[in-house]
Order: sequence, then structure tokens, then C-alpha cells
Amino acid sequence: MVTLQFIPYADIEDLSSIGRIRKLLNTVKENKIVLLQGRLKKEEEAELIKVTMEEINKEFKGIELAVIDPANKKELTGLQKLKNSMINMLLGDRHGMTVIGPANVVKSIRKDPNKIELYTKETRATRKKIKRKKRR
Amino acid sequence: MLKFVKKFFKKIWKDLFKSRRTLKLGLYGPPNAGKTTLANKICQDYLGEDLGKVSHLPHETRQIQSKEEISIKNADGKELKINLIDTPGIATKIDFEDFVKKGMSVAKSKRRAREATKGVIESIKWLDEIDTVVLVLDATQDPYSQVNVTIVGNLQARNIPVLIVANKVDLKKAKLKRVQAAFPQYDVIGISAKYAKNIDVFYESLFKLARQK
Repeated sequence: MVTLQFIPYADIEDLSSIGRIRKLLNTVKENKIVLLQGRLKKEEEAELIKVTMEEINKEFKGIELAVIDPANKKELTGLQKLKNSMINMLLGDRHGMTVIGPANVVKSIRKDPNKIELYTKETRATRKKIKRKKRR
Repeated sequence: MLKFVKKFFKKIWKDLFKSRRTLKLGLYGPPNAGKTTLANKICQDYLGEDLGKVSHLPHETRQIQSKEEISIKNADGKELKINLIDTPGIATKIDFEDFVKKGMSVAKSKRRAREATKGVIESIKWLDEIDTVVLVLDATQDPYSQVNVTIVGNLQARNIPVLIVANKVDLKKAKLKRVQAAFPQYDVIGISAKYAKNIDVFYESLFKLARQK
């Protein structure tokens, strides 16, 4: 079973950078896939990778990460871009969505500019069930 | 007032010697994109020696390796001095079992994974030390991966000029146009570091990159 946890931007808005990373990573380490409204700052994304690397061990193999940000679309006009940056300035990076999953659950995330495809790992138990069904 | 005068003279001094300054050039990118192969090509061309070991296994480079004072000359006789810094590939996950699957012993795989995590941390830390970056991507792989986007975003936020190199264009699966479409705001050149394809265009692009700093 895969658990998805939605985190609204309001939940991380008032946290420090390290507080945001901690909150996201703690949730991911509970084997949940996080759907975060909006995105982290660019420096925070790099910091998230750094902290992830520091915490890799037998159980935790790392993360899969993808961000979709419609504000970065090429087709946007200058006025739309200005509007988006004004909204970002006033309300924070609420645009788009960030998906973070534990690497032992999420096999890969494929990202096109407009969509995210998330592939989960087939667990051994599921594989065994499938094999049993086939035999029957 | 004194501060302003000091700053003014410092700027003049800096501008005066800008062209003679040695540029810290970092090779960044995901694992197995060909950073060390490109570093070796540069070092072979201008120093006659390799910089590091290459392998088909990911995370072969697990420590920062560098060569100082490499002097690159272009067709017009202009000279560019660089300190070349080859960084470990940046990844969001490292599983020792992936190395075991490729035939490595469990003990060696665990050690390699542990060193690789440290390498990623080092690469990110070094972003603060670099003047310009060549982002080396594997042209046969998905360019939209978040690691690539995060590296580019961080370089942009730090105001570090970037040249994107789509490596391995000698392979049939390579899709240069897809890489160019993923990063429309940057110069993207297709090369094969292994077979020296388009390497002159790459060297010429380094001069252009240096001017942006």
C-alpha cells in the first residue's frame, strides 16, 4: 500500500529552511509520498539533497523528487510572468507542486514540463501474490 | 566615503587583471554523465595527462579532483587559464544494492555507497567556491530530471554562468534537441567527450562562458 500525504503550503510557510526540510524528510522517512503545495526555494532543494545524503542508511536509501511549476512555462507572456512573481513575492512559492517519495517505495518519477508520472516499486509480497494468482 | 573610494579602486584593480585571472571551472552533473571523461579530455589536450579514473559504474568519482593552471588557447591565439574542478555526480538516492547487482562485493558496494553520499555533499558545498560551471548531461537520458533542474536553479540563484553540455551524442539514443528544449535559456552544445566530437566548439564556448563572469 502506498500512502500519499498532502502538505499545504501554509504548513511550511512560517518554518525556517531547515525546519521545512526536516518536516518533509521526516514525513518521507515514514514511507509516505509527500505532495507539497508549491515548491521549496532553489537553495532549499539543494539543502534537501544534502541532508538526504547525510541520512542515508540501511533502511533509508534516499528520495525521488520532482517539481512541477507552471510559472516556469515558456509560453507565458511577460505580463503573466510579472503577475506570478508578484504573487510569489506576496504569498510565497505556492505555484505548482512538489512530489517527494522515499527511494525504497518510489522507483522513479518521470517528468514532462506538464505532468509527473510516478512509478512505485513492486514489493516482494505483491510479486508473490501475482505469481500465486498466475499458477491458479 | 572612504569605503566607497576603497570599493572603486578595488573594482578598477579587479577589472585591470580580470583577463589574466585564473577561472575556477566546475564540472557538475548527475552520475555517469561523462564529467571525468570530459575532464580527462581537457587535461590530455593541454597537459598530456588524465585527471581521474572513469568507469561504466556510477559514482566512480567520489571525491573532488582538480588540476590547476590549465592554459587553453583558441584559434585567435587568446589564452584562458582555468582551475578545473571535477565533482562527484549529484544524486538524490544511493543504494549499495545497485552496485551489488552490477557484480561488486557487498562490502565494496557498501563502502562505495558511503563514499558516494559524502561526494554528493562535497559537490553541493563546492557550489560556493566555483566561478563558472559546465553542466555535463547524458544526452541519452531524461533531461527533465529534478537533479538537473535543481543544479541549474542553484547556479542561477548564485549568479554563476553555466554552459550545458549534452554528452554522448555519438550514441544512437542521444537526443540533443530534447536537452536543448529542456533548457531554452542556456547555451546547450552536443559533444562526445570520449570520441572528441565537437570538442573545438566546446573550447570556444568556454571563452564565451569566461566572458560572462
